[in-house]
Amino acid sequence: MNEMTPPKSERAAALKGLGTSRKRVEDARFTQGKGNYVDDLKLPGMLFGDFVRSPYPHAYVKSINTDAAMAVPGVVAVLTAADLEPLGLHWMPTLAGDKQMVLADGKVLFQGQEVAFVVASDRYAAADAVELVEVEYEEQPVLVDPFKAEIEGAPVLREDIADNLEGAHGARRHPNHIFTWEAGEKEQTEAVIGDADVVAEEMIYYHRTHPCPLETCGAVASMDKVNGKLTLHGTFQAPHAVRTVASLISGIAEHNIRVISPDIGGGFGNKVGVYPGYVCAIVASIVTGKPVKWVEDRIENLTSTAFARDYWMQGKIAATKEGKITGLWCHTTADHGAFDACADPTKFPAGFMNICTGSYDIPTAYLCVDGIYTNKAPGGVAYRCSFRVTEAAYFIERMIEVLAIKLDMDAAELRRINFIKKDQFPYQSALGWEYDSGDYHTAWDQALNAVNYKQLREEQAQRLEDFKAGKTRTLMGIGLTHFTEIVGAGPVKNCDILGLGMFDSCEIRIHPTGSAIARLGTISQGQGHATTFAQILASEIGIPADDITLEEGDTDTAPYGLGTYGSRSTPVAGAATAMAGRKIRAKAQMIAAYLLEVHDDDVEWDVDRFVVKGAPERFKTMKEIAFASYNQAIPGVEPGLEAVSYYDPPNMTYPFGAYICVLDINVDTGTADIRTFYALDDCGTRINPMIIEGQVHGGLTEALAIAMGQEIAYDDMGNVKTGSLMDFFIPTSWETPNYITDFTTTPSPHHPIGAKGVGESPNVGGVPAFSNAVHDAFRSFGLTQTHMPHDHWRIWKTANGLGLHD
Amino acid sequence: MIPAAFEYHRPDSVEDAVKIISDHGDEARVVAGGHSLIPMMKLRMTGLSHLVDLQGIGGLKGISVDGGTVTIGAMTTQHELIADDQLAASAPIIREAALQIADPQVRYMGTIGGNVANGDPGNDMPGLMQCLAATYTLVGPSGERTVSAREFYEAAYFTAREDDEILTSISFDASASGYAYEKQKRKIGDYATAAAGVLISKDGGSCSAASIALTNLADTPIYCEEAVAKLVGSSLSGDDISAAVAAAVGASDPSEDNRGPVEFKKHAAGVVVRTAIERAIERA
Repeated sequence: MNEMTPPKSERAAALKGLGTSRKRVEDARFTQGKGNYVDDLKLPGMLFGDFVRSPYPHAYVKSINTDAAMAVPGVVAVLTAADLEPLGLHWMPTLAGDKQMVLADGKVLFQGQEVAFVVASDRYAAADAVELVEVEYEEQPVLVDPFKAEIEGAPVLREDIADNLEGAHGARRHPNHIFTWEAGEKEQTEAVIGDADVVAEEMIYYHRTHPCPLETCGAVASMDKVNGKLTLHGTFQAPHAVRTVASLISGIAEHNIRVISPDIGGGFGNKVGVYPGYVCAIVASIVTGKPVKWVEDRIENLTSTAFARDYWMQGKIAATKEGKITGLWCHTTADHGAFDACADPTKFPAGFMNICTGSYDIPTAYLCVDGIYTNKAPGGVAYRCSFRVTEAAYFIERMIEVLAIKLDMDAAELRRINFIKKDQFPYQSALGWEYDSGDYHTAWDQALNAVNYKQLREEQAQRLEDFKAGKTRTLMGIGLTHFTEIVGAGPVKNCDILGLGMFDSCEIRIHPTGSAIARLGTISQGQGHATTFAQILASEIGIPADDITLEEGDTDTAPYGLGTYGSRSTPVAGAATAMAGRKIRAKAQMIAAYLLEVHDDDVEWDVDRFVVKGAPERFKTMKEIAFASYNQAIPGVEPGLEAVSYYDPPNMTYPFGAYICVLDINVDTGTADIRTFYALDDCGTRINPMIIEGQVHGGLTEALAIAMGQEIAYDDMGNVKTGSLMDFFIPTSWETPNYITDFTTTPSPHHPIGAKGVGESPNVGGVPAFSNAVHDAFRSFGLTQTHMPHDHWRIWKTANGLGLHD
Repeated sequence: MIPAAFEYHRPDSVEDAVKIISDHGDEARVVAGGHSLIPMMKLRMTGLSHLVDLQGIGGLKGISVDGGTVTIGAMTTQHELIADDQLAASAPIIREAALQIADPQVRYMGTIGGNVANGDPGNDMPGLMQCLAATYTLVGPSGERTVSAREFYEAAYFTAREDDEILTSISFDASASGYAYEKQKRKIGDYATAAAGVLISKDGGSCSAASIALTNLADTPIYCEEAVAKLVGSSLSGDDISAAVAAAVGASDPSEDNRGPVEFKKHAAGVVVRTAIERAIERA
């Protein structure tokens, strides 16, 4: 070996590739306030837009008078539906195949709906003018409860499609009904349930909440009337999809639209959809010829842009006396609000809710989901979730607990005897998925041992005795969860959004001096792509991660991709990155062989170089190869060292995890003190352990919020009760417990580097763990089910209902 | 979240400030820390044309303890209340309560004067001042007067302060009593679901003096006279405490909101009052 060559391990470490806890390269900017968000953007002559919004959840708009508003100094225009109609933009298509009003077209269907768009020279003038737009409303009866949507005399919300009972997802049985979606075997499942030893039945409600990213939604549209090009900066989790959709609905040729997602301050699904603000900013820029900025405030974000969850899941689970599950049945009533604006792959109007058999080998299952219109804001996005996987995981993990109660069994043991076994993978689920890999028993045992489960149960029994003896007013709850996710949407053969296939992409250019730039079709909103994708590439092409620039979010430069949500970046774009790297390496091999004057097959890859087989002192480093690729004439080889990969995944990936929450509940105050939270995640190959840990901490804290207090609540009149952060629960560091993180590693067999994705697992698994712990505390008093969020008064009410205050 | 236009004034004396608000009537409001008023302006729930900033008036800040009387300038921030050791020695309940108000950033700006004068039933200081039997000094066009904190609050956002008066200082007697301020809230930064301030003095085996006041359990703070009567002269037995708790809960009149229904709030009121009484007895 060449004396000058450092050992393999040292060279590999210098790359900071896979498995390295490399510090986030983004943070030097963010921690110094040097991020560049949409609202930081200032373009010459820029105008500001602001909405007039409906105070009523259901009303006809009789008239709109904009005279007084137009008279405010600085006001340039006030747009209404009548102004957008000639352009065909008063309505827009939703991602779910429905259409949505951009500005109120004759009626409003939820409180906070956009009615008029004021454009002014500054924000203050716009806000003043908003107050002066006179709108005459005629209030209509309100539909808040989805179970009352189809009763006699229910108000018809969507009069525009009342007579069209053939929707985007098949037949609609009522004007307020959106779709029925089924999976699995109905008759077979009902037969199994009819014959079963034991059947547990329960209504599991996963309440309406909101992703509430730190940065609200916004856009700056700039139409250059000279060259006909539209530049649209915005908070977009899928910039390429926005470009295509914008082109399709506006008629502007796609090459004349440039969409840029700058830094994004959190998305969590809230920034997947297309909002009226974006459309109005574009139209206003076209009308005025000036850039127009629209940025919503917090109240607007919570009350009008996409909500999450709101699934009423009626479940039946059948088992033998010994606890072997034989069948699962679920009927879900899905409250979609006023327009069906769910962000799901087209063929999946209820997302991947059919992953609701979870981690268990359930031979027979049936799922039916009915989507319903109500007078609430549209949405139904995947809040740190892969298309309704959180709802599915919550459903099955509650049903397992309910079954354990019915069987009078320990819930940990019930899970263990029903897990899909390691040798059953790839596993075909009863509801149609092929789970790629898993080792649930190993993870489960590791988790139970880590928290000393047996001892916890003994302590709980003692506490119960003390409680009954009047020695304490606290009860102990142990919340178990074993979740299986389905992420990485997805194979183009069955995954598309508005017809756009859900592949993703990476393009790499190696510079002559051996550094590189890589561009992807995804967009980071805090996930740390610039850090982790460079690590994938470093391991693939032997260039240090520190020498690789990552760029995303500019549709003029980045290759086409479907963006970042549903934990799809690593499974899809991460795979594209590895595959593009391999193309680079293949060409580098030819160049190295030429330079070393041997046949291609006579060189082999060695961390950061190609060496001649059997003669390790003869090598060419990637740095040398990069220089040669541009500057040396090599017969039969084009100059340059670039590659692009568009990756269509063969399957989804199936991360899983085992979470355990231990808490103490004060039955008098209804407060819950979370004592221990243990989270074991298996996300396949681990790219950056530090970033995984950060993702898990963040996702668990969101799960804590959702389970313990966060909700978008409406009163009976359709008014939003939780429209500000005074009432919409975001935990501070004080409310957030310490988390213990752990892992097992079961690589995905079909992913180029075996990675599965992790960003959403803690939200998916965390919510049932917290909620199961609350339920478990009251199990011995006969509680089987109570609905989230478990805030103080609801816990108190549960205790009260069980007679614990008598 | 953008307020309507307003005129900004920054007078350097109380006299000038009073003149501005007298000239403009209910079109003008004084602003101290701004943590109640500014959000209301941004939500356009308060329409005012003249905002009178008191930050420029030097004499309104500071804490003094003189012969057993504590006087606090209205513009003293919550943070300054927490940081003042002399105050902590004379009336430790102030620090205990102030540490439960909002978060450090808010406490750097929020003032005791703004907190007590605004009349928001969610604020913690009004109940605390009733517990301490504090008096407020108000200055208006016709001079200065004092009002007892226990007489000051009429309804939510309605107080004994006239529109052209400014609350300039607060005073109360230093106390060696056992004390406790107990607050249940949903999260840091939230108003109380239920909160109670309690002072208890013992003489031998019996209670020689007591004071109990509630926060956010009605549309004004509540001084619980009947509950106090159950304790004073008693031996502070379990039954005595229970009788006081029942009387305090009976005096509360909470309304339903996102923190919960009335029934729950009354239950929570009982818990915070009991906890506060027990802690105050321990410290007495």
